[in-house]
Amino acid sequence: MRRCVCAEKGKTMRRYRSTVRSVVVGLALLAFAGAYAIGNAAEEKILKIGVLGVMSGPAASWGLVNKYCAEATAQMYNDKGGVEIGGERYKMRIVSIDDKNDPKLAVSGAERLAYQEGIKYIIGPNVDTTATSIVPVIEAAGAINMPYAFSKALYSPPRSHSILGMIASYQAGPIIYKYLIETHGVKSVSFIARNESDPLNQRNEGVEAANRLGLKVISSQDTYEPGTADFFPVMSKVVKGNPDLIVLSGVAPADAPVLIKTARELGYKGILSTETAQDIKILNEVAGKFAEGFISVGGASTPEIRSKYMEDFVGRYVKVAGEWNDEAGTKVYALEMILATLQKAGAPAITDVERFKAAIPSFASKNPFLKADKELRYVGTAYFGQPRQIGVPLVVNEVRNGKFDTLFIGTVE
Amino acid sequence: MAQMLLNGVVLGMIYALIALGITLIFSIMNILNFAHGQMYMLGGFIVYYLYSVLGVNYFLSLLAVLVALGALGVLFETVFFRRVLRVATREENSMLLAMGTALVLENLALFAFGEKQRGVPPVVTGVYEVFGAYLPASRALVLMLSAVFIAALLLFVRATKLGRAMRALAQDKEVTSLMGVDTHRISALGFAIGAALAGLAGALLVTVFGINTGVGTAVSIKAFIMIMIGGAGVVSGAILGAFALGFAEAVGYEVFPGSMTYLLIFMGLILFLMIRPQGIMGRPWG
Repeated sequence: MRRCVCAEKGKTMRRYRSTVRSVVVGLALLAFAGAYAIGNAAEEKILKIGVLGVMSGPAASWGLVNKYCAEATAQMYNDKGGVEIGGERYKMRIVSIDDKNDPKLAVSGAERLAYQEGIKYIIGPNVDTTATSIVPVIEAAGAINMPYAFSKALYSPPRSHSILGMIASYQAGPIIYKYLIETHGVKSVSFIARNESDPLNQRNEGVEAANRLGLKVISSQDTYEPGTADFFPVMSKVVKGNPDLIVLSGVAPADAPVLIKTARELGYKGILSTETAQDIKILNEVAGKFAEGFISVGGASTPEIRSKYMEDFVGRYVKVAGEWNDEAGTKVYALEMILATLQKAGAPAITDVERFKAAIPSFASKNPFLKADKELRYVGTAYFGQPRQIGVPLVVNEVRNGKFDTLFIGTVE
Repeated sequence: MAQMLLNGVVLGMIYALIALGITLIFSIMNILNFAHGQMYMLGGFIVYYLYSVLGVNYFLSLLAVLVALGALGVLFETVFFRRVLRVATREENSMLLAMGTALVLENLALFAFGEKQRGVPPVVTGVYEVFGAYLPASRALVLMLSAVFIAALLLFVRATKLGRAMRALAQDKEVTSLMGVDTHRISALGFAIGAALAGLAGALLVTVFGINTGVGTAVSIKAFIMIMIGGAGVVSGAILGAFALGFAEAVGYEVFPGSMTYLLIFMGLILFLMIRPQGIMGRPWG
């Protein structure tokens, strides 16, 4: 009996020793791995980029496309060992925050990115209200942001920390209307907009441009509430005016196909257009054949104008997001421009945005996303009094046989 | 004028289908199901994947939506709401739970289905002209199916034993329980039917409007407006509220500038609730 107890005790001791040995070995391995990671981190420089925008709710695609674009670009650079700035390589890390299109959340998000994460370059937000609300944070933190909001005040002096990431509706509108007047003999136009500040501003700018070009504006007061699904009542009134052109001002990709389908079902035979970027898959799925002839803008979305680099980006984007979104053809530019400008301004610009700003006026490079030899630079002086806009080419697309067909490529000064 | 009236009828019928589910759950359990819009969204996505992606027959897809959302309703009632209603001392707890489930469903859907708007191939094609007004075949189908489902629900609630038990439970839980009715079972059934109706609305309307993961909140808000007008928890009130909102929208967009329509609807709603807080068909005692 006594021997039995001793044997049991010995077994317990052996088990105890074995456990202690495992714990010690485990701790040693952990310490080694930690030291290795710290060593690696010391060697590896990190460049953090923020993405702030609406990533949930009905407008989620706007912010999520920004996020996916940034992540796809970052992955492409990281696969090649990082981005080279001032002779050193930086691995990229994207930090994304969903502002839910709420100015309060946009401010707290900007504060987190700028102060907690120490980020100096932020892509977004997506609309005027959120972009305007974070201006004090961006300026106080000495950061730069690239909104997709069109308010001129954001980019005009004394403001200097925000750079418009795409073509604004008041830039695209007159060019598209002029094209339609000359090629399709358009003489009258009606506008329909979502009842929110951004689309309403875009509608007002569109009406002004139409008046300047001598178009007869038949109606411009028809609006719909955010979240509207049935556009039959509001579109009935617009179609009744029988204009040559109906402009969907600032329309979200989710609403555009339903509006188009509704107009056609109500017997409208004229042209439908918008100055915002759309996605062909969404147009085809929801509007089907009714989307034929619809005119919208894009960045580098159509296959016939894409470079090999853009094709690679599309492939990476699909890996990141699960499927391609034509909106990304416009939004691919932001991170690429930040990196190219940092390369030109040198490593100190990573933490000192004044150096980045100083490099803006003289920055020029070949547009890496287009096959054609087009220059990429900062523009916007004609609208804002200073170059505070990425020179994204104005690609005007028309839906033909279920695909985007590029009508023409314009530029903005 | 004809187009305006037709728009009002179509909108009213569509809204009725949305409002019925939420009012059914409210009447039986005294819960405002904030996830109603998200259940509508799930119905739309189930049809998108079954009918559009996998090529399943549309009407079989509708059946799948009824089963799936009904099961989700039972799950919600038995796992979440039953316990919270039993242990909670304040009404706000069940409201917060409902809001939480809405957020969970929306974010899970965003993760699973992505951010894009989705649409399905048309089930029927063509446009009819009715007294000079246009009625696309897809809307006519939705109108017809909505009417059939609403009639079936009313028949179920009025003419079956289970329906009578549901009505009894809505009137007095304790007395219903004393009469030997399994109130847990009836509550679960009510939640299942409410959720299935929300999903069915999404499944029908995906053919007309498409669907996206962020559509839920707007649907829920409209459903709340309808049951506030008609009287929360009253089936006939939900239908009345739906048609009132449908016609208010149709007339408003025709007569006023677009931005005025919902402003006037909300002002009218405030004034109406000041005069008759229980809604058109609601009971003054709650």
